Amino acid sequence: MGKEKAVKQKKFSLNSLPAYSKMVLMPVLVLALIAAPAVITNKYMLHIIILCSMYSCLALSLNMVIGWSGQFSLGHVTFYGMGAYLSTLLVRSLGINFFLATLTAMVIVGIFSALLCMPTLKLRGDYIALVTLGFGEVFRLFISNAVAITRGPMGIPNIPPPSIFGFEISGKTAYYYFVLILLICFTIFMVRFDNSGFGMSMMAVNEDDIAATSLGINPVKFKLWGFVMGGVMAALMGSFYSVYMGMIGPSSFDYGESIKMVSMVVLGGQGSIAGSILGAFLLAALPEALRAFSDYRMVIYGAAMVIMMIFRPEGIYGRNKRTRNLYKIKAMRGEKHGEGTAG
Amino acid sequence: MFLQQLVNGITVGAIYAMVALGYTMVYGVLQIVNWAHADVLMFGTFIGLLLTNVFHMPLFAMAVLAAAFTAALGMSVEIVAYRPIKSGNRRMAVLVSALGMSTFLQNLAQLVFGSSSQPFPTIEKVTYTIGKVTFTNIQLIILGITAIMLFILYMIVYKSKIGIAMRACSVSIPNAKLMGINTNFIISLTFGIGAFMAGIAGICIATYYNAVYPTMGYLLGMKAFAAAILGGIGSIPGSVLGGFVIGIFESLGAGYLSSGYRDAYAFIVMILVLAIRPSGFMGAKHIDKV
Repeated sequence: MGKEKAVKQKKFSLNSLPAYSKMVLMPVLVLALIAAPAVITNKYMLHIIILCSMYSCLALSLNMVIGWSGQFSLGHVTFYGMGAYLSTLLVRSLGINFFLATLTAMVIVGIFSALLCMPTLKLRGDYIALVTLGFGEVFRLFISNAVAITRGPMGIPNIPPPSIFGFEISGKTAYYYFVLILLICFTIFMVRFDNSGFGMSMMAVNEDDIAATSLGINPVKFKLWGFVMGGVMAALMGSFYSVYMGMIGPSSFDYGESIKMVSMVVLGGQGSIAGSILGAFLLAALPEALRAFSDYRMVIYGAAMVIMMIFRPEGIYGRNKRTRNLYKIKAMRGEKHGEGTAG
Repeated sequence: MFLQQLVNGITVGAIYAMVALGYTMVYGVLQIVNWAHADVLMFGTFIGLLLTNVFHMPLFAMAVLAAAFTAALGMSVEIVAYRPIKSGNRRMAVLVSALGMSTFLQNLAQLVFGSSSQPFPTIEKVTYTIGKVTFTNIQLIILGITAIMLFILYMIVYKSKIGIAMRACSVSIPNAKLMGINTNFIISLTFGIGAFMAGIAGICIATYYNAVYPTMGYLLGMKAFAAAILGGIGSIPGSVLGGFVIGIFESLGAGYLSSGYRDAYAFIVMILVLAIRPSGFMGAKHIDKV
């Protein structure tokens, strides 16, 4: 009886649907996304959707650091901004293709985030938050002060649009497809990662690193990888941001931006892929929908974070990691039991 | 030049030390970081400005009243944002809730008081010169106030019954409860004392720089927090030491290296110290790694 109850309590998810409906739903969803620009002719609307998708990717990358590797980073904007500046500067100074520059920037940011991660490995929650916040602050001061390299507070304007195989990406529709491809890639990557042994080991380190160590998992390795992967993903989105906006400056990469990303992850749910996307869409689109209340926006953000933590600390789509696994095991057992009685 | 920067550094360091004490005391009792501490400070300073501009209060009466308001605000932040959280992963939930509270207060202040920097009523400046070092009466007053506040804090924490209760709570809250201590009251009081010191520090720094603005708490708070961590969070003498170290490093860095990076030195010092000695100067040797 108890087992059946547990199975019934399982939350609704795509996985609980029968296989054929997933096979129908997925292509429909993909087709709808591809056809969207044909229906949405309003340029402003499309712009919002592009921004929401971009923030979804950023929230996913930050969730990798916060939700999976369990390091509460308040300086994610460092990697995002570093990606934007590095790819732009590489294109400007060396004249190489945007995509090559982005790849180079991602590699550099990856190495950099591994180095930055070193002092935080031994630390816990609040210390990590402060150290990463420190990185963000040092980075912002660097791009504001190193005028010779980054033009300081004036920022870098007129960033040329990227081109691939002779096709120049410009206009809202092209960028929509660009970000859609990125979002789909990110989501597939995260789903695959979540179900991989690597992802589960990282989750184990997050839940209890002493227990994980006793199972032969090296916590340092997984914390480092979580940080590096999150940083590289954010760098990719940074270079997307630079070409989409056409200009970058220190004001785009300040503390508020980090807080925004953290709120998206927390609202959606730490360690939840759908949650990150939902949180990003909510927090990036709502301010545009509530233009009249734009002054109160940040006040509401803050209050929402407090209320959320009091009543639903795991986020909207968050999952309680331990029970989720318990349900899985119980569901598996229930299935076997059912088969047994039927046979 | 060196002595001059040292004097300036000590003045700023005294303010950082007062703010850092708020972080360290709360951490000592509850093992959480009060991220909204600096925004409570900023709010209190604005109340001070309001008291002077609207009620034309003398500076010292205004400072005490504003600090009392800050203390009340600090206690209500604890009751609203920290006390109700009793989930499994409490540390993370409190961290997010505190960040939310900080964002809330900062933006509320922007709405209510406007986002621009406003001049703060100050006292007449008198400049003294000894040798090559110049200092003002404001710097002397700040140092004097800091000394008085530290003495009062010392008396409360180490010489009074309330202080014994506070130290008992910092060892173990369940055991303190068993000894008949009203732990909720002590926690509230800790927040109140920390915020009171922050209120005084806020008035001091606003008088020193003659400016008050809604984001003043952010950098001040982060540097004070860095000071608390540097000294070993939870240790009262450590935080005072950390505050002075951060203040002096910052002034020397701004004087000798580059003033553009003034705000970065505190973080750089902190990151270096944490990389070598994660528990800070005077922190307990044991750190839990979870």
